[in-house]
Amino acid sequence: MSRIITLRDALREAMSEEMRRDENVLLMGEEVAQYNGAYKVSKGMLDEFGAKRVIDTPIAELGFAGIGVGAALNGLRPIVEFMTWNFAVLAFDQIVNGAAKYLHMSAGQYNCPIVFRGPSGAAGQLAQQHSQTFESWMANVPGVKVVSTTDPYDAKGLMKSAIRDDDPVCFMESEVAYADKGEVPEEEYLIPLGLADIKRYGDDVTIVSYNKMMKVAMSAAEELAKDGISAEVVDLRTIRPMDYDTIINSVKKTNRLVVVDESWPFAGVSSEISHQVQRYAFDYLDAPIVRVNAKDTSLGYSSVYVEEYLPNPKRVIEAVKQAMYV
Amino acid sequence: MKTTVKKSKYSKKTYLEWYRLMLLIRRFEEKTLMMYGQQKIRGFCHVYIGQEAVAAGMMSALKPLDPIITAYRVHGIALAKGISANQVMAELYGKVTGNVKGKGGSMHYYNKATQFYGGNGIVGAQIPQGAGIALAEQYKGTNNVCVTMFGDGAARQGALYEAFNMAMTWKLPVVFVCENNGYAMGTSVERTSNVHDLYKIGAAFDMPSEAVDGMSVETVHEAFTKATKHARSGKGPYFLELKTYRYKGHSVSDPGKYRKKEEVQEYKDIDPVKVTEKAILSQKIASEKDIQKIKDAIKEEVAAAVEFAENSPLPTPEELYKDNYVQEDYPFLD
Ligand SMILES: Cc1ncc(C[n+]2csc(CCOP(=O)(O)OP(=O)(O)O)c2C)c(N)n1
Ligand SMILES: [Mg+2]
Repeated sequence: MSRIITLRDALREAMSEEMRRDENVLLMGEEVAQYNGAYKVSKGMLDEFGAKRVIDTPIAELGFAGIGVGAALNGLRPIVEFMTWNFAVLAFDQIVNGAAKYLHMSAGQYNCPIVFRGPSGAAGQLAQQHSQTFESWMANVPGVKVVSTTDPYDAKGLMKSAIRDDDPVCFMESEVAYADKGEVPEEEYLIPLGLADIKRYGDDVTIVSYNKMMKVAMSAAEELAKDGISAEVVDLRTIRPMDYDTIINSVKKTNRLVVVDESWPFAGVSSEISHQVQRYAFDYLDAPIVRVNAKDTSLGYSSVYVEEYLPNPKRVIEAVKQAMYV
Repeated sequence: MKTTVKKSKYSKKTYLEWYRLMLLIRRFEEKTLMMYGQQKIRGFCHVYIGQEAVAAGMMSALKPLDPIITAYRVHGIALAKGISANQVMAELYGKVTGNVKGKGGSMHYYNKATQFYGGNGIVGAQIPQGAGIALAEQYKGTNNVCVTMFGDGAARQGALYEAFNMAMTWKLPVVFVCENNGYAMGTSVERTSNVHDLYKIGAAFDMPSEAVDGMSVETVHEAFTKATKHARSGKGPYFLELKTYRYKGHSVSDPGKYRKKEEVQEYKDIDPVKVTEKAILSQKIASEKDIQKIKDAIKEEVAAAVEFAENSPLPTPEELYKDNYVQEDYPFLD
């Protein structure tokens, strides 16, 4: 049996189920307990699990991320919520120099089973400091895994896997998608990290995307279908490790690739995909890979800037047409 | 807390300036909330209502070129530091005539001409930056003091402790100001630390520190006078914890259910705008007519700001690529 629930409910169910299953799982972050989460993702969790396991922190990202890392080294499985990934920047030392490195530094003695989670990407007119996309930043670091999705079904299954994972996982959501709805089974299920999902099958062109840009990619595909162009849309879901096989197999079928990626173009997720595809499917490509990114600049507040900055279906359609020489 | 003004220690001009600035901020913010409700303003929006005495009492104690840096609850300080109501409102509207061409919105205002280093959206980030601005003043041999403002929530960031230590060690001309309005979003001061009196943080660094009634414009003025005198004389930083209150939620999207009505009322009873108006009249510092004139002028100023914002053009998309680098022909990636 399945029902329609929101992304925030799906995430909360995943965390709550794992907390029921394993007493070493706990949640900490700003406003997660008494306020029920800045975006209400952890609503009701304090009531169910109590203040020992659902912990309100001061505004001290570096400190509480480090406390999470230490607790993970010593046998707990913390979920550390950042109100948004923009604020996780303060905690990068603990993620990059800490969580990502302990296993290697200790030659396998100390693993760090921790989930760092929160929204990533632009969320309306929030200006420069509150609009950044962090998938490519974190995925650059060996030692952490990176998940990014706004699909309720995927988010629940992936969050449960992330919590059970013995390595650190950075989990990226989106403020503007927490109320998005999707079908989610009542029965327990897990989705393994590292697998992409083909959300729409097609023959003419492959569009790869993730997180809320999937909506942009899907609506572009729908529009393109009206013009008789059949697009296959691949949702990465996990950024690191990336499911290159699914992408490459799709490109071998369609011979054309467009990547829709909210990260900045320089050394972003789209650059990595482009490299892998030219490396392993060079002979199959009928056109250069085209990518649609956030613009290579900081995002200002005005609606005009947001409109200019973010990928949208129109830009994706143009990119597809460029890749198809039409 | 005592907030009543007993005898008029200050000139008519000072009182009327205080009153004018506080009332301007109050009316401006009320209008801001109204226009947000009409979706003319978007994004995060944190208003300053309740905290006006901090801005007014501070400004009267500072020299015009003393730098100020603060956080995202910045409309009031922006107005105080000489950015016109027109420019503040047009910025909220995302118009090109706004203070920063619609690039900043509610959280980011700057005014280089008056040394206003603006609104920072990353909680606590401005604390070391304020110390750095002070370092530059010391380095250049000016006599300016940098006022570095932050909230009670920001006081929990590690950056504060690092900055306090260096600022004390290097005797930087900085006044650190914690606007303690009791809450960081839904989290009360009591829930984030063992130490509820934030001014005590300074003690670990031997920094002169004190708690101040931030609802009384006179008291704020006196505290700033003392603190800036200290910092200006080369003795190093001073830390003021201003006890204040925000009447509204954290931002427009916060209903503020974590507070009791009585608590909010307690502060409204000592509202700085009302208290100052009463003091001016009861002590016959100025006449009813003087007050009415100020009220009318502000009403007009705020209405004009809305009209200015409404009638201003939006920026062009090309503006997004300006100011990302000083280099004008920077090769942005496509
Ligand atoms: C580093 C960082 N963490 C979290 C946030 C989200 N946030 C914005 S304002 C705020 C509360 C700050 O409270 P306080 O410092 O008391 O200032 P006030 O809002 O009361 O003026 C939080 C948690 C942020 N902007 N930056
Ligand atoms: Mg506060």
